[in-house]
Amino acid sequence: MSTSVDFLLWVRGPGFDIALVVFLIGIVIRLLEVLILGRKPDFAEPRGAELGAGLRTLVTRTLPEQGSFRRSPFTVVGGYIWHIGFFISLFLFIPHIELINATIGLSWPGIASNLVDAVAAVTIVTLVAMLFSRMSHPVKRYLSGPEDYLTWLVTILPMITGYLAYHRMIDPYPLALGLHILSVEILMVVFPFTKLMHAFTFFIARWYNGAMAGRRGVQS
Amino acid sequence: MAEERNPMAKTLGESLRQSGVSRRGFLKFCSATASMMALPPTMVSAVAESLEKAKRPSVIWLSFQECTGCTESLTRSHSPTVENLIFDYVSLDYHHTLQVASGSAAEAAREAAMHDNEGKYLVVVDGSIPLGNPGFSTIAGISNLQMLEETVAGAAAVVAVGSCAAFGGLPHAKPNPTGAVSVSEIVKDKPVVNVSGCPPIPTVITGVLAHFLTFGSLPELDSLGRPMVFFGKSIHDRCYRRPFYDKGLFAETFDDEGARKGWCLFRLGCKGPMTYNACATTKWNQGASWPVESGHGCLGCSEPDFWDTGGFYNALSIPDSDVIRNAAYVVGAGVALGAAAGALNRRKQSKAASKHETVTIDDLDKKS
Amino acid sequence: MSEATLERGMNAFREQMDAPIASFFSSCVNCGMCAEACLFYTETGDPRYTPINKLEPLRRVWEQEYTLWGKVKSVLGLSQPVTDELLEEWESLIYDGCTLCGRCSMVCPVGNDISYMIRHAREGFVAAGYSPEGMKGASRRAVTIGSPMGVKYPALAAQIKHVEADSGLQIPVDVEGVDYMALLSSMEIMNFPEYLEALARIFKQAGVTWTISSEAFEATNAGIQIGSSDIARELVNRVVVAAEKLKVKYVISPECGHAYTAIRWEGPNLIGRPYSFKVVHILELLDELRASGRLKTEGMDETRLTFHDPCQIVRKGGVLEPPRNLLKMVASEFVDMHDAREMNWCCGGGGGVSANERAEELRLKVFKRKKTQLDELNVETLVTACANCRLVIEEGLEEYRMEIPVVGLTEMLAEHLVEDKSE
Repeated sequence: MSTSVDFLLWVRGPGFDIALVVFLIGIVIRLLEVLILGRKPDFAEPRGAELGAGLRTLVTRTLPEQGSFRRSPFTVVGGYIWHIGFFISLFLFIPHIELINATIGLSWPGIASNLVDAVAAVTIVTLVAMLFSRMSHPVKRYLSGPEDYLTWLVTILPMITGYLAYHRMIDPYPLALGLHILSVEILMVVFPFTKLMHAFTFFIARWYNGAMAGRRGVQS
Repeated sequence: MAEERNPMAKTLGESLRQSGVSRRGFLKFCSATASMMALPPTMVSAVAESLEKAKRPSVIWLSFQECTGCTESLTRSHSPTVENLIFDYVSLDYHHTLQVASGSAAEAAREAAMHDNEGKYLVVVDGSIPLGNPGFSTIAGISNLQMLEETVAGAAAVVAVGSCAAFGGLPHAKPNPTGAVSVSEIVKDKPVVNVSGCPPIPTVITGVLAHFLTFGSLPELDSLGRPMVFFGKSIHDRCYRRPFYDKGLFAETFDDEGARKGWCLFRLGCKGPMTYNACATTKWNQGASWPVESGHGCLGCSEPDFWDTGGFYNALSIPDSDVIRNAAYVVGAGVALGAAAGALNRRKQSKAASKHETVTIDDLDKKS
Repeated sequence: MSEATLERGMNAFREQMDAPIASFFSSCVNCGMCAEACLFYTETGDPRYTPINKLEPLRRVWEQEYTLWGKVKSVLGLSQPVTDELLEEWESLIYDGCTLCGRCSMVCPVGNDISYMIRHAREGFVAAGYSPEGMKGASRRAVTIGSPMGVKYPALAAQIKHVEADSGLQIPVDVEGVDYMALLSSMEIMNFPEYLEALARIFKQAGVTWTISSEAFEATNAGIQIGSSDIARELVNRVVVAAEKLKVKYVISPECGHAYTAIRWEGPNLIGRPYSFKVVHILELLDELRASGRLKTEGMDETRLTFHDPCQIVRKGGVLEPPRNLLKMVASEFVDMHDAREMNWCCGGGGGVSANERAEELRLKVFKRKKTQLDELNVETLVTACANCRLVIEEGLEEYRMEIPVVGLTEMLAEHLVEDKSE
């Protein structure tokens, strides 16, 4: 007999284990692949220190440069909304905190679930708008390949399944929850093989950018 | 005792009045029944009229792999209530816990009820049916499967009472040594209503029967075969502690301040969000209380496989495995593989450097 | 005679790969924001000029050869290889359509230093034989004659004579043991000899001991622009040898953007060791003289003027404050452009584009960006500190019929020097 609970048990059991293995091994490999390549020694006399400038860029690059903001407000604002919405939904929804607490023992206060619900709705709408932007903006459309659309899909799926599960729009509930967890597992599995890796490598990228510019005395 | 032999002869109204139930008491029951079934108040008189005229149906109660908790639930509802009374006025022709007869006399009663009410009687089942080995559970030498099949053959409908009959319940829990299955796994050609719960709420059992008596049909069912009227909303949605959940106020232990203040029990593993049942509104023991009100999270007992979904004190989504330990191994493996991949990259890098041919101004052009 | 081949190009791409580049490619999400920072996109609207897109060949090498997953993908035939056709198509993007100005590197939200990658990608293009004829020619002239414009020492000697005759000052040549060795760009020698005179006057007033080397006076480095470290090394090495032979403490990089990048930042890495001397940009030196009171000026220029920040000196060179400190000494009506300093827009001719004749039409088209910036300010004079910017801007202004004189900052300062009383 294959019931929705069996499905939930699978995604929560072996499914999660598989996803976790792929996710963690993949990320560690990707990071080491990058970092072990290293940099050649720089013999040019530095004008400024790398460390501080690198760390500053790591933080300051979070805010858009003014001119870029004016020239691509939609990308910037949309990007902010959905990233922040995604992280609020991921990390401030009480059941998620509960899950994290139960698995790795870390806990923090969450926010009201109806607030998360509203945030999730905005996030989903924004993600859809971002897709339209990607398909219509000449630059984004030109740059985008299957990977860009795949990563969009695996990002929005957990949001949608989570939203449906929360509102019990899929019946029975264990199936809704199972689909939600499965969509997260798909995200985890796809993650290390795609540009979703930017969630980790952007730290490295910003640091190198800031450090290399800082060495020349420029805060990038 | 012709009357006893043919319970359908007397109407429900007549029986009730004979037992001393007043018209007022009867109407009270009707309105309670109507509201329980979410019927508009204008329907109360219709319910009363139908019930008044209803013939006492024959009910055959089969108990298989069960703990008698379902029967306990029904009988322990404090009497005298109208709910209890009505139970007297279905003709419970076979129920081996409650009946006086035993042995072949008991089986004869069952067979007689089946014969006399062919096509009209109701079968109520509690307990699951073992398919692994028929010998795991037998009554009068008849296996559960055989008894269910032959009893159901002439029935109007089947009510699977309790989670064991509805979904397999505890016997079906992993590793399910008896090969236990639910009623609906076996009965495919008759309407089956699942009144799940471990045990189910007594008023829900009587409500389903009342519906059958009133309308001569079974109530609207959800995707799991449960009456929508009682199982249409989750415990979570009807829980009086829900505002605390929405505000993020949780009891962290059973004896902390949050617990005393009656905050949400989600963090203590309450399965309210995934559980569909009427506990939060009908409550137990004549409306005295219900699990969440008494300070314990919902176990999810009216849902399929609730035994197998992990600890009662963990949220439903918690992975089964030891994530930290696994993660440590996996990251360890990742570091090893990553170091190897990194070394390959470094080799490629330095191989390219060693293969580098100095670019001079004489080889800026490509031939041809 | 050897030749450029795809294999050599691929090898160069592989050789260039390092952790920054790998982290940059890993991080790009194709958000397209770099396009808005690039004048080649903003002025043409052609998405092919999106900075990150110019790196497609290098990106493929990274993905297919430096990531485990990419290796699997290419085994499965899921990835497109780097071919001659690809490099041929991309040549015009990476050479004609990029000035290495580095503006994109300042805006990328994930922090990709795109111009760093372009610089490295050009190594592969040049090794594979895909670089513009104009830049090849400049490289050949630089290596064989000593200057991309074909200027040999006798031409400089003639200019020195002129300057000496005009100013009555002596230009020291091949003097050992002085503090500073000045470099010049051939553009300054041929088109803006005022720079040389300005140096002589300022150094005389400030009491700076200096010289020019007859063996290595050329500051520009065509190897940096075409993207060949081998050629760049050969050119830088000439300067290093001359400076060490003359035992100077400092080498002065002139008003030329890429020359500063070449000699200041890339040079030591090209020769694989630190210098025994220091490299200063002329504006850094002048600012130092100003700070110590050795540079004295008089009079204020009261025309409304602005400063064009040469990308390689300011954004990518770190010489941020000196030009403004110096301008304030001599100009009362100095205004900054809307996007100034490290966010300034390129003139459109850096990174070898001005040496690439076939890119001229595109270069003049993208000059509209500078034109827009200038139109907003309504200035009478434009000051800059790069002879290449200066020439490109003059051409652009002429194309768009704008009457704004372009002045070198060093010359401008020299004009306001306090006259030596002893003379």
